[in-house]
Amino acid sequence: MATVTSVATTASRAGWLRQLRSRSRRLKLPWVSISIVSVLVTCAAFANVLAPHDPVEINMLESRMSPAIISAFWGGEDANWSWNHPLGTDVMGRDMLSRLIYGARTSVFISLVALGTGMVAGTALGLMAGYRGGWVDALIMRIADAALGFPTILVAMIIVVLLGAGIQNIVLAVLLTVWARFARMIRGDVLSIKELDFITQAKIAGVSPFMIMARHIFPNIVNTLLVITSLQIGQVILLEASLSFLGLGLPPGEPAWGIMVAEGRTVIVDVWWLSLLPGLSITIVVLAFNFFGDWMRDTMDPKLRRA
Amino acid sequence: MAQAPVLEVQDLRTYFFTRTGVVKAVDGVSFSLLPGETLGIVGESGSGKSMTALSIMGLVPKPAGKTVGGKVLLEGEDLLQKSANEMQHIRGRKICMILQDPMTSLNPVYTVGNQLIETLRMRDEGLGRGLKERAVELLSKVKIASPENRMGNYPHQMSGGMRQRVVGAIAMAGSPKVLIADEATTSLDATIQYQYLMLLKEIQKETGLSIIFITHDFGIVAKMCDRVAVMYAGKMVELAPVRDLFNKPSHPYTEALMRSVPNVDEEVDKLYAIEGQPPALDKLPPGCPFAPRCPYAFERCLHEYPTPVTVGEGHYAHCWKLV
Repeated sequence: MATVTSVATTASRAGWLRQLRSRSRRLKLPWVSISIVSVLVTCAAFANVLAPHDPVEINMLESRMSPAIISAFWGGEDANWSWNHPLGTDVMGRDMLSRLIYGARTSVFISLVALGTGMVAGTALGLMAGYRGGWVDALIMRIADAALGFPTILVAMIIVVLLGAGIQNIVLAVLLTVWARFARMIRGDVLSIKELDFITQAKIAGVSPFMIMARHIFPNIVNTLLVITSLQIGQVILLEASLSFLGLGLPPGEPAWGIMVAEGRTVIVDVWWLSLLPGLSITIVVLAFNFFGDWMRDTMDPKLRRA
Repeated sequence: MAQAPVLEVQDLRTYFFTRTGVVKAVDGVSFSLLPGETLGIVGESGSGKSMTALSIMGLVPKPAGKTVGGKVLLEGEDLLQKSANEMQHIRGRKICMILQDPMTSLNPVYTVGNQLIETLRMRDEGLGRGLKERAVELLSKVKIASPENRMGNYPHQMSGGMRQRVVGAIAMAGSPKVLIADEATTSLDATIQYQYLMLLKEIQKETGLSIIFITHDFGIVAKMCDRVAVMYAGKMVELAPVRDLFNKPSHPYTEALMRSVPNVDEEVDKLYAIEGQPPALDKLPPGCPFAPRCPYAFERCLHEYPTPVTVGEGHYAHCWKLV
């Protein structure tokens, strides 16, 4: 008996590995998106190790150096570049690569915090609205409609006027619109799930409304939650960049992609890489997240899943 | 010999307030349930059987539905006067219910064992020991083969009959006094249905449970029930011991229902059907709701709802014909 069991276990363990491998092949993971996101996250997490220079250190002697990776090959005689600054420097001689890496940290940090809080708040409110129904639902959903109705930039400007610029206010501005998207989608899901028999059966068993929401409805909406989240990350990063670009976030000079684009704007004719590089970073990262989100939706949403 | 009823429903009224009017889903239903007894509730779809059950449980769909009158006395206490919190405590512990569709009655994201253990944990407030053993015991009580292995199964890995057994096990976890089976076997195939019914009977014999059996299958009624209530358009039209109902159906509706059940021994060209449609519950006629379809209807039936008439011992019918 014992041998049979152990054989079965090893067999199933090997099978598990094979299953995982064939499954990941079948899933057609979006490798490009995944690698871009990994690079971004690594940069954000280890910015202090990866960045070759201090992102805010001004060095006027080395200002306006063009990106070495381009000028080394196609630069003219008079091109000013050095391998010390692979992506060049800005007007103040700050290293572009280091600024981009630290910018990733800012973007990821703000987006994660805003998205995380928005997700928690939106999910909780969506669950409540969907499950309780009636006036609770009407109230929460009207507020959500209002939140979605306001242009985020306008909300952000109002907040900055009222509370001053700063990271926490960007987070607040993003949060104020993001929660509503979560709340809406989650509410819709809850509305259909709460009519299922196992919810009635839970009520019959005397489960409290809170526990029904937390233990019986929530696990059934995790799929939706993951899909919305991954589709929202790109949006949030873009939003953060726009707000920084408008100067509503960190003070100028700080390494944030939006700020960097804004700073390069005035000298875009000669020092084109100042705006181009952070702009490209934003584009690539947002695209990567959006493709990843699309993939998530296609694989996780049972309504779209094909046999 | 007269036992005190475990559950007594008096003049229960559950209405739905909709834009088009008041729908009287349950309109003056009264019955009592003795310990260890099985009461059948039969009637066609929309006759208020399930709503009666949900009203007893205090789970009428809000906000449209509301139990507007009557009493539900469980061991002498009126459940309709209880707060939401108190009801939560009563549900599952004293009174439980099995729903029709075993396919959706279990949460798809948890294992069967997990759901059973969770129910058990809720029942005894903190006494965390031996939950798993008790869950296994419950599963074997509802005759699930190799219950230890089945504990780790997800609902989708089980057949409909097995899932309904699990639902039964969960219902029994709180050792309730009253079990309401709302068409609990309708979606099972005939053999499984029979096994499930026998299982319920066995459990009943063991625990002295009272069962309310909601169905539209007279075969089940004959096999399972001690007494039967017939519902039509939210009203209880006849209440009788099961033998009397089959031998001497007194209400014209019951009579018509009995005739609609095809008999194997008789050869017929055309199956019998009751003429007409059941009335819309928001536009009930002032008199007997069955009057428009009743072959015996006379003037009085159209204006006045009949009072109960005693036909035999413990046998009542609401019909003017019998007065």
